[in-house]
Amino acid sequence: MAFNLGWFLNRAMCQMYSYNIYAFFIAIFIFSEPCLAAQCPGTSISENDISRWNIDISKNSPLPSGSGTPLMGKKIYLEKCAACHGETGEGMMGIYPALSGGIGSLATTTPLRTVGSFWPYPESVLDYVRRAMPLNAPQSLNTDDLYSVVSYLFYMNHIIPQEFSLNEKTIHSIKMPNKDGFINEKEVNRNKNTPRDELRSRLGICLHP
Amino acid sequence: MTLNRRKLLTRTVLFSTLFQKNKTSEAADLDIPSWTREPGAPILKKPYGKPSSFEKDVVRRTFTKMRGGQGSTLTPLASLHGIITPGGLHFERHHAGVPDIDPAQHALIVHGLVDQPMRFSLDDLHRLPSVSRLCFIECSGNTGTEWTKATRTDVQSTHGLLSCSEWTGVPLPYILAETGIKADARWILAEGADGAAMSRSIPLAKGLDDVIVAYAQNGEALRPEQGYPLRLICPGYEGNMNIKWLRRLKLGQYPFYTREETSKYTDLLPDGKARQFSFTMGVKSVIVRPSGGMKLSSPGLQEINGLAWSGHGKITKVHVSTDGGKQWTPARLDGLVLDKCLTRFTLPWVWNGQKTILQSKAYDEAGNVQETRQVLRARYGDNLYYHNNGIQSWLVSESGDVSNVFI
Repeated sequence: MAFNLGWFLNRAMCQMYSYNIYAFFIAIFIFSEPCLAAQCPGTSISENDISRWNIDISKNSPLPSGSGTPLMGKKIYLEKCAACHGETGEGMMGIYPALSGGIGSLATTTPLRTVGSFWPYPESVLDYVRRAMPLNAPQSLNTDDLYSVVSYLFYMNHIIPQEFSLNEKTIHSIKMPNKDGFINEKEVNRNKNTPRDELRSRLGICLHP
Repeated sequence: MTLNRRKLLTRTVLFSTLFQKNKTSEAADLDIPSWTREPGAPILKKPYGKPSSFEKDVVRRTFTKMRGGQGSTLTPLASLHGIITPGGLHFERHHAGVPDIDPAQHALIVHGLVDQPMRFSLDDLHRLPSVSRLCFIECSGNTGTEWTKATRTDVQSTHGLLSCSEWTGVPLPYILAETGIKADARWILAEGADGAAMSRSIPLAKGLDDVIVAYAQNGEALRPEQGYPLRLICPGYEGNMNIKWLRRLKLGQYPFYTREETSKYTDLLPDGKARQFSFTMGVKSVIVRPSGGMKLSSPGLQEINGLAWSGHGKITKVHVSTDGGKQWTPARLDGLVLDKCLTRFTLPWVWNGQKTILQSKAYDEAGNVQETRQVLRARYGDNLYYHNNGIQSWLVSESGDVSNVFI
């Protein structure tokens, strides 16, 4: 009678799992045979497979290719944004936020937090408009329209001139008025160990090399 | 303490004697009601049970002006008991409405600085080891309207962006053990599948501590308003970081500086600078009974009943003042006292019929003490708005009417 190693290991893991989840992970470590790894929940995918969901933009990540100017952006803004945010970005008090103005107001009794007065990074504006605006049709703007309308927001706040061509490279050159306006809480950078060590110590297992 | 209690009981007995006559005459009017003389509704009339029709006013309410799916609703804290918020009464904050997600078409993607990007179906997640834990979720804007003055009338409106559930799901480290972690990963971007694609950066250290990818709440699948089919639970952190309709986790070296951690959920200080990444909800408590909008029917024994919580850990004690903060008495912590969880406190109180102010003050195991609003305002200025964990004051008038006052 041939001894079925795969079956035996599977049974052993199920037994251990039913008693103790830590033992389960130790078992994964001890018996980490490729045949068993294939039975782990979850499917391996490539970064290419998830490009349509991989929409975040930040000052530290690659940006989508595209370009636009305030002149092109104004048309889109008036068509898709002005109904809520007002023709000049003044917003609708207490309902839709103002997008322009407020520079110099942050230390007063009536601070006005807008793209111009408060947002520290131009990439964050691009990220937010891409993921969430317009409110009734999020993720509907193509990349050129996105750069155009965001460039108009910067123009509206006197951050860039009308002829500025905003694209994945020029956006990094923009200095927002409130760029240095934020203070991080101390607890944020408390990582001392590498995450691998921390995960090992939490699970009592060794990760794949 | 013992003397106080004895004195209190004696006075209670005195008051009971005073009202004894009234109670006897009511008892004589008892009749056999219709519901005792006929069978009630048949079984399965409501396959999913609902509260009694007499509780129809115990619902979420809102101050949001109408706008396409954006807004928040408030939990009716004054009408609830224990520490669990019923699923249908959990407060809401949506940025693009409540999506109706088919779990068969939903997936959780984990990628970025991992050894192997992976996709997890709901079935995959159900196969991984599960844990259940209770914890509160509080919006960091909770009580924001009460920072510089008393604005709202009742506790649902002042403190209702607060709820507590038992959450069940997979601890995030178990998922990250599947994908592996690159050595330079420090942050996690969590993103929802809603129309706002709500996104926040979470320190990886927190993710490896006590974060759960939850699929169940209070014993059943998550409610759509709470993120069905998946929600990231970050115990003790501001509500906005508990990403609903979770579809993607991306590991990175730096924070992602999303709108919700730059333009919003940052705390403006007097010099115009804003505090950023202020994740943990501070130690806080509030008396829910009696509270604003209620009326004490008569002098005599009352139960002061409230909730305390802290994003830093367990509540260790709650003190209650019935004289506007001059004297403080320890309240009894009722039932379970858990890490980063609502904790119920109670204290018997004999109201003498005179005008007074009720307050509560919580302490947590990390050594934090709930402070007065004057102290917090002196420290942070008038524009902070988020993270108001100051002491709440309720004014009891001679007529027994309870109202919100700023002290």
